[in-house]
Amino acid sequence: MSSAHTLRRFRRDGRVVIVGASLAGLRAAEALRGEGFTGSLTMIGDELGEPYDRPPLSKQVLTGWVPADGTTLPRRRGIDAEWLLGVPADGLDLAADQVRLADGRRIPFDRMLIATGVRARPWPVEAEAALDGVFVVRTREDAAGLQRAIAAGPSRVLIIGAGFTGSEIASVCRERGLPVTVAELGPAPLVGGLGAMIGEVAADMQRAHGVDLRCGVKVTRLEGDAQGRLRRAHFSDGGTVDAEVAVVALGGIRNTEWLRDSGLAVGVWGVACDAGCRAFDLNGLVTDDIFVAGDVARSPNPIYEYRFISLEHWANAVEQAEIAAHNMVSTQADRWPHLSIPAFWSIQFGVNIKSVGVPTYADEVVVAQGSVSDRRFVAAYGYQGRVTAAVSFNNAKWLDHYRRLIETAAPFPPPCPTPDQPADAKPVPVDFPGPTLLAQGATVVVTGHDPGERRVTVMRQHR
Amino acid sequence: MRVVVDLSRCQGYAQCAFLAPDAFRMHGEEALMYAPNPDDAQREQVLRAAAACPLQAILVDRPEGRDAPVGTSPS
Repeated sequence: MSSAHTLRRFRRDGRVVIVGASLAGLRAAEALRGEGFTGSLTMIGDELGEPYDRPPLSKQVLTGWVPADGTTLPRRRGIDAEWLLGVPADGLDLAADQVRLADGRRIPFDRMLIATGVRARPWPVEAEAALDGVFVVRTREDAAGLQRAIAAGPSRVLIIGAGFTGSEIASVCRERGLPVTVAELGPAPLVGGLGAMIGEVAADMQRAHGVDLRCGVKVTRLEGDAQGRLRRAHFSDGGTVDAEVAVVALGGIRNTEWLRDSGLAVGVWGVACDAGCRAFDLNGLVTDDIFVAGDVARSPNPIYEYRFISLEHWANAVEQAEIAAHNMVSTQADRWPHLSIPAFWSIQFGVNIKSVGVPTYADEVVVAQGSVSDRRFVAAYGYQGRVTAAVSFNNAKWLDHYRRLIETAAPFPPPCPTPDQPADAKPVPVDFPGPTLLAQGATVVVTGHDPGERRVTVMRQHR
Repeated sequence: MRVVVDLSRCQGYAQCAFLAPDAFRMHGEEALMYAPNPDDAQREQVLRAAAACPLQAILVDRPEGRDAPVGTSPS
């Protein structure tokens, strides 16, 4: 599809299939039409209903302000698509340029976009996961069920996993006055994403809001009663807690199984692609017609030494969707790279937490502005003497400044004097817990957050 | 009507919460919470709030942009 003539024809009456009808899929479809693509557009999704927004599910929906089915995404324009919903894609035939659906249908395409995202990692013991009162939070139905359960005023809510989702849900439950226990395998909440220093702040914040926070423990068993309702959880330290509701917040699994035999470079890490969202095949060759966007994509970021990074960030899904859509309908010379600095936000315990850059790509961290005890500060992250990320607690207006420091590879600790600088701003080691501790059920994990120490470690499962 | 706010962009200026307080609220000092599906009666207010956002982080749907899926479940 290289000649200008072929591309013109494709833009006029080519066939595009988008697999995954969520934020990235919808935004890509809108961007394709916005770029002037007038051919046929097919949207494939395993859930019924229009694409919806997920961040409110662990916030506005759980507080009871917004019903779970009230988060349908707004449209910027009509996309005139054929929607194939309620049936998942089941395979990709690269030789025939067809997507296979679970019901046996085959959907032909000229170019396709993979935007299948991630799903919630379920509780590993099926019988325990099936207990009444055990939830994950990923879909509208998940959020609706959990909202009903916490509105009923359970005696205690157990949150398993203190990452961003688990911490946000703990926060909402405390706002509603519910007793909450949080069980985290790592040494502190948020520690896997933001390191030990912020983890300590997050732990203090949870305890100050009355959360029964238990770190360094694993939930070993969920116990139900004769009616199949959750009653109790058992911990690896021998402790137990009685709870009627448990929220399993152990992160996500990338939806790549359907691509297993496709010949693309896919695995637990996602679908590998170039900075222009074009998928790699198993040999590491870039494909011409298969594109990837959103949580399921794993692409090299030139700002971080071309390391392959996958991000489960809202803004990343939007940006990659727009890059992928543009590149799908553009000539080689007119393609765009996805060069943006990652950014995410979280709202918990009344604090606005925002981040730019890749905090795990760091060896040192320093409080660059404000005061940790006031929960109003910016922490800057550095790797080998340059700024690589920043995290703000109720101080987001400064993040653009740090974004520019990251983009220009400014020296770490940050050089420019900024207002509100703490007197004793000394960098400390960033100290992420080893992923061998946090990874549950992985076969291999990449160990060492210092890029010079990154190795693959085989995980042996003991049963 | 449907609303989404790009909270990566939002910097907590609270113009929206001032202009359409039923749809946008500040949570704590600088975090924004919003109703993704406010009542159609609030459309004027919400559009004004979206126009006033210094970061242009608020997206409101265009009614003519609706393209409801007519997908069917095979089961």
